Amino acid sequence: MINWANFISQCFNGLVLGALLALISSGLTIIYGTLGVLNLAHGAMFMLGGYAGWVAYTYTGSFLVAVVAGSLFVMIVGVVVERLIIRHFYTRPHEDQLLVTFGLGIVFVEAVRFFFGSMSQTVPPPGLLVGITNLGFMIYPTYRLALLGIVAVALVALYFVLYRTRIGMIVRAGIEDSVMVDSLGIDVYRIFMLVFGIGAMAAGFAGIVNAPVVSIAPDVGEAILVQTFVVVVIGGVGSFLGAIIGGLIAGEIISITSMFNPGYSYVVLFVAMTLVLVLRPHGLLGTAGRE
Amino acid sequence: MSLLEVSGLNSYYGDSHILFDVEMRVEKNEVVALLGRNGAGKSTTLKSLMGVVTPRTGSVKLDGVELASRKAHSIARQGMQLVHENRRIFGSLNVEENIILAGLTAPNRWPLERIYTMFPRLKERRTSRGTDLSGGEQQMLAIARALVRDPKIILLDEPFEGLAPVIVHDLVRACRDLAQAGQTIVLVEQNLAATLALASRVYIINNGHIVHEGSAAELKAQPGLLQQYLGV
Repeated sequence: MINWANFISQCFNGLVLGALLALISSGLTIIYGTLGVLNLAHGAMFMLGGYAGWVAYTYTGSFLVAVVAGSLFVMIVGVVVERLIIRHFYTRPHEDQLLVTFGLGIVFVEAVRFFFGSMSQTVPPPGLLVGITNLGFMIYPTYRLALLGIVAVALVALYFVLYRTRIGMIVRAGIEDSVMVDSLGIDVYRIFMLVFGIGAMAAGFAGIVNAPVVSIAPDVGEAILVQTFVVVVIGGVGSFLGAIIGGLIAGEIISITSMFNPGYSYVVLFVAMTLVLVLRPHGLLGTAGRE
Repeated sequence: MSLLEVSGLNSYYGDSHILFDVEMRVEKNEVVALLGRNGAGKSTTLKSLMGVVTPRTGSVKLDGVELASRKAHSIARQGMQLVHENRRIFGSLNVEENIILAGLTAPNRWPLERIYTMFPRLKERRTSRGTDLSGGEQQMLAIARALVRDPKIILLDEPFEGLAPVIVHDLVRACRDLAQAGQTIVLVEQNLAATLALASRVYIINNGHIVHEGSAAELKAQPGLLQQYLGV
């Protein structure tokens, strides 16, 4: 039955999902904005973060270690993949880039399935964050509230790196015009590698911090990949702030529509994306920079 | 030994052969103009020197160092800077960030105040985003971004294109000040009067071939050449 309590609860769920999508999408959008590569392996990076964190948790029993291990592992995977494979596709047609990243995603998923099986795995939240919290107007799972804070801190950290550091200045310039950055004496390929690593790490971090909410399985990244692409299109390709706004919009659309009929959540999401494309072809905060 | 020595330079866009055995030399402290009709290969020559377009064959030596197979960032670090035709200002960065970014990897970068002394207008607009600048201000910023790296040689690709005469006048004066201060410049420009006022020596390129080399004074005295290759 739909009532105000359910509605508010779903809005909170939407906020949590939206923040998570914003974090994953910010990685995807800065990778595409800077490198011009649509990374179809991004969902697999999310999944890898979850599994790497789960392995670390299994051995240490520490959620913090799991988060650090999941994030760092995926960052390293991102750097290695960029260095060994993606780099050779920068000057290739977009179709080739799509195929190679799609293939990488399959390899990661099947490798995880080979080593860990298809059964889903769970990572419990840290002891302090188990249970429910009474917010006065509703009760809500404590970890989900904490997750909102964790992701918000991660997004602020990413914002700080992008907008308050020299590396961030280079990345923002690279999103606009990587050829010009190169002409100014900055090795743009090193920046590409860094950006791919940071973008992958954002997905991996999201994968492990989300593991106590949604069980991890080898194909958990597929749905996330579709949602994050919609977020990037809504927010505008290459726009970090657009990814945040797009993420929050997508999260609320999915959650609130699910309250009425879960089967329509993707329909409404794609309708929203279509509307944005019709009214603002470059997304809410995107520009016509990259072809 | 010349500061810049180019020999046998051949560049392509895909299968299209654009530059044919281009030969050039530029001495230190010299301003050299590269003239030609639209599509003659002027911009491609500058891009090939800078590594934005990778030449298929040929040699580009700056101060005796071979650059032809290097990437643009490596060429920039050797002391070459290209001010692109369409300025390529980073619109999301403000004026000061554009300049700071340009100087990040330069060993002998100019202090900001030196840039602002040369272009006081940029100091007034230091916190304005690149997208909010006028065409003239963007061009000043594009040149400032090159200068902050204290380059051995600057390649200017159509720096006066599409600008109001008063702005062109200011930019010509700035270029003349630079030249008098000993800055080596290669200039590609459609504005013949401004070009011949700045350059001491001229190359004419036609269909990707260098067809003439001589002093600016000689060219002025040969209206036939101007008519034949430039249509003026």
